[in-house]
Amino acid sequence: MTTEYKKPLPYIHSETKAYWEGAKAHELLIRKCRTCGRHHFYPRDLCPSCFSSDVEWIKGSGRGTIYSFTICHRPAPSFEKEVPYNIVLVELEEGVRMMSTVVECSNDDLEIGMAVEVVYDDVTPEVTLPKFRPVGRPARDRT
Amino acid sequence: MGALTRKAAIVGVGESDLGYTPDKTFLQLIAQATNRALDDAGLTKSDIDGLFSAGWLTMESIMVAEYLGIQPTYSDNTLSGGSAFEFHVEHAVAAISVGLCETALICYAETPLSDRKRGMARSFATGAPQEPEEQFEIPYGQWVPIPTYALAAQRHMYQYGTTSTQLAEIAVAARKWASLNPAATMRDPLTIDDVLASPMMSTPLRLRDCCLVSDGGGAVIVTTAERAKNLRKKPVWILGCGESHTHRSISGMPDLTVTPAKFSGERAFRMAGLAPSDIDLLELYDSFTITVLLQLEDLGFCPKGEGGRFVEGQRLAPGGQRPANTSGGGLSCLHTGMFGIFLLIEAARQLRGECGDRQVQKVKTALCNGIGGNLASSGTVILGVD
Repeated sequence: MTTEYKKPLPYIHSETKAYWEGAKAHELLIRKCRTCGRHHFYPRDLCPSCFSSDVEWIKGSGRGTIYSFTICHRPAPSFEKEVPYNIVLVELEEGVRMMSTVVECSNDDLEIGMAVEVVYDDVTPEVTLPKFRPVGRPARDRT
Repeated sequence: MGALTRKAAIVGVGESDLGYTPDKTFLQLIAQATNRALDDAGLTKSDIDGLFSAGWLTMESIMVAEYLGIQPTYSDNTLSGGSAFEFHVEHAVAAISVGLCETALICYAETPLSDRKRGMARSFATGAPQEPEEQFEIPYGQWVPIPTYALAAQRHMYQYGTTSTQLAEIAVAARKWASLNPAATMRDPLTIDDVLASPMMSTPLRLRDCCLVSDGGGAVIVTTAERAKNLRKKPVWILGCGESHTHRSISGMPDLTVTPAKFSGERAFRMAGLAPSDIDLLELYDSFTITVLLQLEDLGFCPKGEGGRFVEGQRLAPGGQRPANTSGGGLSCLHTGMFGIFLLIEAARQLRGECGDRQVQKVKTALCNGIGGNLASSGTVILGVD
């Protein structure tokens, strides 16, 4: 990929640096509370369940299911060329939900409950976006 | 009855010019609506000592106070999105009941339609970089609000078998009410087939599942029970209120099929000492058809999951068993961005019997419910007349 990536990139700060560095290393890191044992997403330096600040990073399995999805026929700014594109909420095995995109799958084949696994899209030298693909599909070069 | 029941009443309501107002700023529209609400009440600006406003500019209530020439003893800039004005009613009744102010002005205007044509549209798609949604949602092409509501609609369909045809019933009912309202933007007949044939926006929501984009503003005046009895119009009593928010980003919504209206509604009904069967008229936030369906369930007008069947047969339309959104709502009357103030205005007018062709008969109680953000906040206000 030589073309410049023009879509929005995350503003990465101290609280979330480990998450994005994990993504760059192709790992999905999730916050887990050592006090109450619950996971949360997006990552915070505190547990939103019990308010403990004793939270650790764990390596997530990267597997989950589609909790909901939508096919956007109207684009967000800088996504004009992608229409129609999908946005999904993935429920990870750890019990938390995150927004992402499903790749290697036709929009028509998306369904709630579909098993998905994380793949990593190195969109810039600094930023990797975790995306998902249906479980059981052979790996394919991204085009 | 709750501590705030009948402690205060809505005594004046007014709207600015509505629809497309390219020659006016939002401050001019606020002044226009305020003047009309004061006139409706038989009050003057000097009577106002509480100011409640919500808008997207920094310290907007302070700006509004300067523009109108008001120095309030109580000031509230709560911005919970479209539900803000239902929140304001509760805050105003609380402030009035303990004497922090006597007469409250709740006011708001926006000009998104003119702003779009002027190339000055406020972007819903970009926030401050530090906002979690900017970091964890926007990079995936998320934008607010259509895809976020679409995610909720898709989940509801999956869990409960709700159909696009059932959602279309809501849009068609709104259009029938709008056809009876001279102030409504979209008054031509609309059929379920028309809704289903309208362009896809974000699956499963089509164009006619989505609200309009309009300019306009409104004002509501709330005062003490004592003062309310001696003004121009009959008091519209505030019987119960409740507010709640459960998340901000759609990823953080605990259950995509349950809005915080469940919690704000429970509080409002408890305060009013009423049940859904006691309510004659519904004014529900209709940013999207799915928004209405979720509120019907969460407020207890039908069991969870049965909203789709509930709205069939045009139950919400003129002549239906459960009249709702009688102005034509955000779907067919107008939508300025935060529709909640217009819910209160329409309910007050219906309760006073001022609605002409669209007047619902024998209305003694009305429930207004505002929803804000990504189904994030909900404010419920139950109103009644003697």
